[in-house]
Amino acid sequence: MQERLKELQAEALEKVSAAIDLKELNDIRVAYLGKKGPITEVLKGMGKLSAEERPKMGALANEVRDQITQGITAKQVQLEEAQIQAKLAAETIDVTLPGRPVHTGNHHSLTRVVEEIEDLFIGMGYTVAEGPEVEKDYYNFEALNLPKGHPARDMQDSFYITEDILLRTHTSPVQARTMEKHEGKGPVKIICPGKVFRRDNDDATHSHQFMQIEGLVIDENIRMTDLKGTLEVFAKKMFGEEREIRLRPSFFPFTEPSVEMDISCMICSGKGCNVCKTTGWIEILGAGMVHPNVLEMAGFDSKKYTGFAFGMGAERIAMLKYGVDDIRHFYTNDSRFLKQFSIHE
Amino acid sequence: MYVSYKWLQEYVDLSGITPEELAEKITKSGIEVEGVETLDEGIKGVVVGYVAEKEKHPSADKLNICQVDLGDGELVQIICGAPNVDKGQKVAVATVGAVLPGNFKIKKAKLRGEASNGMICSLQELGFESKLVAKDYSEGIYVFPADTELGTNALEQLHRDDQVLELGLTPNRADCQSMLGVAYEVAAILGKDVKLPQPRVETVSERAADYITVNVEAADDNPLYVAKVIKNVKIAPSPLWLQARLTAAGIRPHNNVVDITNYILLEYGQPLHAFDYDRLGSKEILVRRANQGEKITTLDDAERELTTDHLVITNGEVPVALAGVMGGANSEVGNETTTVLLESAYFTGGAIRKSSKDHGLRSEASARYEKGVDPQRVRPAAERAAQLLTQYAGGEVLEGSVEVDTLKVEPAVITITIDKINRVLGTSLLVSEAKDILERLQFTTVVEENEMTVTVPTRRGDITIEEDLVEEVGRLYGYDNLASTLPGGTASAGSLTPYQKKRRIVRQYLEGAGLYQAITYSLTSEDKAQNYSLEARDPIKLAMPMSEERSVLRLSLTPHLLEVLKYNSARQIDATAIYETGSIFLRTAENELPEEKEHLAAAITGLWELHQWQGEKKPVDFFVLKGILEGLFSKLGLLEQITFTKFEKDGLHPGRSAEVFLNETSIGFIGQVHPNVEKELDLKETYVFELSLEKLLHAEIKPLRYEAIPRYPSITRDIALVVDQTTTAQALSTVIREAGGKLLKDVHVFDLYEGDRMEEGKKSIAYSLKYFDPERTLTDEDVVKAHDKVLKALEEKTGAVLRG
Ligand SMILES: [Zn+2]
Repeated sequence: MQERLKELQAEALEKVSAAIDLKELNDIRVAYLGKKGPITEVLKGMGKLSAEERPKMGALANEVRDQITQGITAKQVQLEEAQIQAKLAAETIDVTLPGRPVHTGNHHSLTRVVEEIEDLFIGMGYTVAEGPEVEKDYYNFEALNLPKGHPARDMQDSFYITEDILLRTHTSPVQARTMEKHEGKGPVKIICPGKVFRRDNDDATHSHQFMQIEGLVIDENIRMTDLKGTLEVFAKKMFGEEREIRLRPSFFPFTEPSVEMDISCMICSGKGCNVCKTTGWIEILGAGMVHPNVLEMAGFDSKKYTGFAFGMGAERIAMLKYGVDDIRHFYTNDSRFLKQFSIHE
Repeated sequence: MYVSYKWLQEYVDLSGITPEELAEKITKSGIEVEGVETLDEGIKGVVVGYVAEKEKHPSADKLNICQVDLGDGELVQIICGAPNVDKGQKVAVATVGAVLPGNFKIKKAKLRGEASNGMICSLQELGFESKLVAKDYSEGIYVFPADTELGTNALEQLHRDDQVLELGLTPNRADCQSMLGVAYEVAAILGKDVKLPQPRVETVSERAADYITVNVEAADDNPLYVAKVIKNVKIAPSPLWLQARLTAAGIRPHNNVVDITNYILLEYGQPLHAFDYDRLGSKEILVRRANQGEKITTLDDAERELTTDHLVITNGEVPVALAGVMGGANSEVGNETTTVLLESAYFTGGAIRKSSKDHGLRSEASARYEKGVDPQRVRPAAERAAQLLTQYAGGEVLEGSVEVDTLKVEPAVITITIDKINRVLGTSLLVSEAKDILERLQFTTVVEENEMTVTVPTRRGDITIEEDLVEEVGRLYGYDNLASTLPGGTASAGSLTPYQKKRRIVRQYLEGAGLYQAITYSLTSEDKAQNYSLEARDPIKLAMPMSEERSVLRLSLTPHLLEVLKYNSARQIDATAIYETGSIFLRTAENELPEEKEHLAAAITGLWELHQWQGEKKPVDFFVLKGILEGLFSKLGLLEQITFTKFEKDGLHPGRSAEVFLNETSIGFIGQVHPNVEKELDLKETYVFELSLEKLLHAEIKPLRYEAIPRYPSITRDIALVVDQTTTAQALSTVIREAGGKLLKDVHVFDLYEGDRMEEGKKSIAYSLKYFDPERTLTDEDVVKAHDKVLKALEEKTGAVLRG
C-alpha cells in the first residue's frame, strides 16, 4: 500500500510536470486528488491494516496529497506566468512606426521677430503702441519735421490716396500720435510695430509692404548714452551676447543727432564675409535723439525733455537671424516656408 | 559722390593714411563710404606704344596688321580690329603676358593666319565705364596725345593709378557734393588743414560789361547771377589729368570748356554753365520764369515744354538754358566756339527741384542746387573757372564780372553751452574739448565761460540749431567713446494692452489647432477688393498705383488667403490651413482717414486628421472649421453668446455657410467656398471664416470665477427625437435649455440620422441631457419632472416626437 502511494505520487508529479496548460493541470488535480481518485481508492484498503499501521499510512497518504498539491500549485504559477508572457508577446507592436501626428501651426516668422522684440522691450518697461496703416500726411511727415517740399521726402517715395492721406511709410506716425496724446508730459516709453509701405518694385531685397518696429523714449533726462545702452541690450538679446555694436553718424529728419547701428557680423564674428560685405559689420537699424522740432510739435518742451527713437525692419532682422535670402518669401506664404518657423531654440 | 584719393590729396595731407583707412574713418565719423574702388584693379602690362605701320589684313576686311613700337625701337606685330586705328597714333598696348580686367590674359595668337603679339586697347577694355568714355573713343581704341612718352605705363598716363571712395551722402550733407566740402570734412576728422585753391586770373583790358548785360526778373529763385566773358578760347580735349578726375567722379569728358565747368562743379560744388557767346543771339541775359507753353531744346536734344513753374535763362527773348538743370542746344559750346559766356549763379532749391522733377531730368547741376549750394562760392568758382580757361583753353578773360546780386549771405550764429552738449550726449566734455572739435570743422567758436558762440560757415547750410552742433561734436568725439547706460527716471511697468494680449491668445490657439499664420498685402486689385467683405463699401484707390494688382486697399482678408491656398495647391501641397489677423479699410468721407478694422480670417483645404498608415484620411469639412471656431469662442469666454445662422453670400456655398452672431451683432461668416470659386482657383473643398477681430476681442465676458467641483452625482438622460429636416440643432437645443431649468447642466448632440429608414422630410437627432444639483443628490422624481418639461416643450415648440 505504501508503495502504491509512492507510485501514485511519482506518477502524478510526472504528469504535473508534463502539463502544458491550466486545463490539463486541473484535470490532473481532479484525477489524483478527487474523491474518486486513486489515492482515495488506495485508502479504502486501510481497513486491512493493523491499528498501529493505520495512522502511519494515513499520514503518508496526506503527505502524498500535499506533495501533489504543491506540485500542482507550483506548476499553476508557472503556467499562468507563461500565459501572460504569451499574451504580451502577441500584443507586441513596432514601436518604431510613426505616432499619430498632432497638427499644430505656428507664428509667421515676422510675428515671431516682432513678438520677441516686443517682449524684450516690455521687460524694460515699454508698452506696445499701434496706429493706422493709412495715415495723414501730417502725422507721417509734417509732425516728424518733414514739411511739404522737404528734400528728404524723396527718400521714401510713398503711396498717396489724396494729397493729405497716404499709406504710412514708417511707424513713426504712431510715435507722433502717442506723443500728442501725452500732452507734453513724460515719460513716454513705447515700441511700435506695424506694416508700412513704400513705392518699391518687389524683388529679392525690396518689398512695397514691410514690417517696421520703432521705439521711442521721452523723459526729462534722456541721453545718447541711454540710446547706446538700450541698443546694446537689444543687439545682444536678439543676436547673441557676444555681439558688439557700433553707432555711425547718419541723417534722419526726425532725429538730431542721428545714427545707424551696426552689429558685429554673426556669421564671421567680424572677420569679414559675404553677409557683411567683408566689413565685419552689419547694419541693423537707424536711431537718434528726437529732434527738438518733433518734440515741440507734439507739445513737449524741448528745453526740459529729451528723447531717443530707433527703427528697424522686421524682415531684415528675420533675414539675418534665419538666413532668409529673399524678402518675397515673407508675403508669398508658401507652406514649406511657413512651417519652418515652428522650432523654438 | 565719388572722391578720387589722389585729387583729395591736393587739399589735405593724407600721408600715411591708405584709402581704406580713410574710408573707415570717414564712415565712423559721419558719411558712409559705400565702397573703395581701385581704378586700375586687375590690370598689368599695358604700355604706351606707337603704331609705326598699318596694313590691311590679307584675309579679313575689318582687321589691320599693325607694327607697334613699344619704346624699345623694335616693332611688334599686333592685329587690331578697331575702326579708328591708324599709323602714327600713340595707343595703349596690352603686351603678351598682360592682364586686363576679368583676369583676361594676353597671349600670343594667330588671327586668320597672321601673328598677333598683344592687343591695342579701348578704354572700355581698360576698365572704363562705357558711358564715361569721351565720344571720340567710344567706338574704338583710345589715342594718346602726341607728346606721350613711349613705353610708359598706359594706366599711369591715364591717371588711373588711383582709388575712388564712394560716399553715400545723406540729404543734409550737400556740402560734401564737392571736393572742397569733402576736404573740410576729412581735415576735421584728421585734425589737419585744408589747402584751398587760390584762383588768380589775368584779365585783358576789354570789359565784360561791354559784352553783356544781365537782368533777373525772378530774384526769389535767383538772387545772385555772375557772368564772365572769356575770348579766344580754342576748343580741344582737356588735359588727361583733368579728364581723369572727371571720369573718376563719374562725368564724361567732352572738351576743355565743358570739362572745366564740370571740374569746378566737382571742386567747389558750384554748377557753372558755359554759353557760346556768339550763338546767344543777343548781348543780354534775362533770368525769368518761363512763359506757359514756351519751349526749349536742351543739350540732350530733347524738346521740353515749359510752364511758369520753370526758371529759364533767356537771351532777352527765348530761353537759352533751363536754369540750374541743363543748357539749351541753341547756345551750346562746340568746336567753333571762340567766346564763352560763363554763368555762375545761385538758384534756390525749390525752383530747380520743380524743373528737374517735371522734366525727369536730374543733372549734376540740379542735384547740387536742389540740396543747396554755398552762396559764398559763386564768385570764387567763376574766378577759378576763368583761370583754368586761360590755362587749358587758351582763353582771355575780360575784365570784371557782370552781376545781379540781391542775395543776403548771413552765416548762422548759434550759442550753446557745454552743459547742453553733455546733457544730450551723456558725456562730460570740457568746453575746451568741444571748442577744439568745432574749430577742427573751421567753425569760428568764441567761448565765454560755459557758453560757446559758434559762427557756422555758409558751406554748412545744414547746421542751424543747437542740436546740429551737438551732433557735430558727438560724431567727431566719436560715438565709440560714448558710455552705455539705460534710461533712468521713474520705473514703469511695461505690458501689452488687453486687446494685444487677447490677440496673442487668438494666434496661439489657432496655431495649436493646426493653422499656420500668414501675412499678406494690404493692397489688392479692384476686382478682388469687395469679395467676401463683411461690409459693402467702395474700395479706396491709390492715387498712383504701381500696378492694377496693388491698386486699392483691401476690404477683406479671405481673397488673400484663397490666393495663398491657390499658390500652395499649384505646388502639389495638398493640405493647407492658414489664418491671418490684419486690417481692412472702409471708405469714409472724402479726405478723411478710412475706418481701419482688424479682421481675423482662416482658410483650410485638403486632408485633415491624417494618420496614413492607420488608414485615416479625411478631407476637411464644415464642422472641422466650425469646431476650431467654437473652440476659439470658448477660449475667449464667448461661446454662450455666439449663434450661427444659415447664410447666403456671394462666393460661399449656399447650403454650407453660416453667419456668426455675437448676441445680436453679426461678427462675420463661416462656410465652404462656392464650388465655382474652388474650380476657378483649382482648389479642393475649401472652408473659410472671416470675423471682426475687434468685435470679438472687445466683447464683454463674465469674469473668471471658480465654480465648486460637484459633490453629488449627476443623472444623464438620452433622447432621440424625430423632427422636420429643416429644424436646426440650435433651435432644438435652445428649447431644451430653456425648458430644462436650473437642474439641466449640459446638453449635447450625440447622434444624427437622416437615412432612408426615416419618413420623407424627417430626421432623427439624439441629445444627451445631464441633470445635476450642486446642493444635493437628485432623486428620480426631480429628474422626471424636469425631463418631462423638456419633452413637452420640444413637442409644442418644434413638433419633435420621441423616437420609439
Ligand atoms: Zn561677416
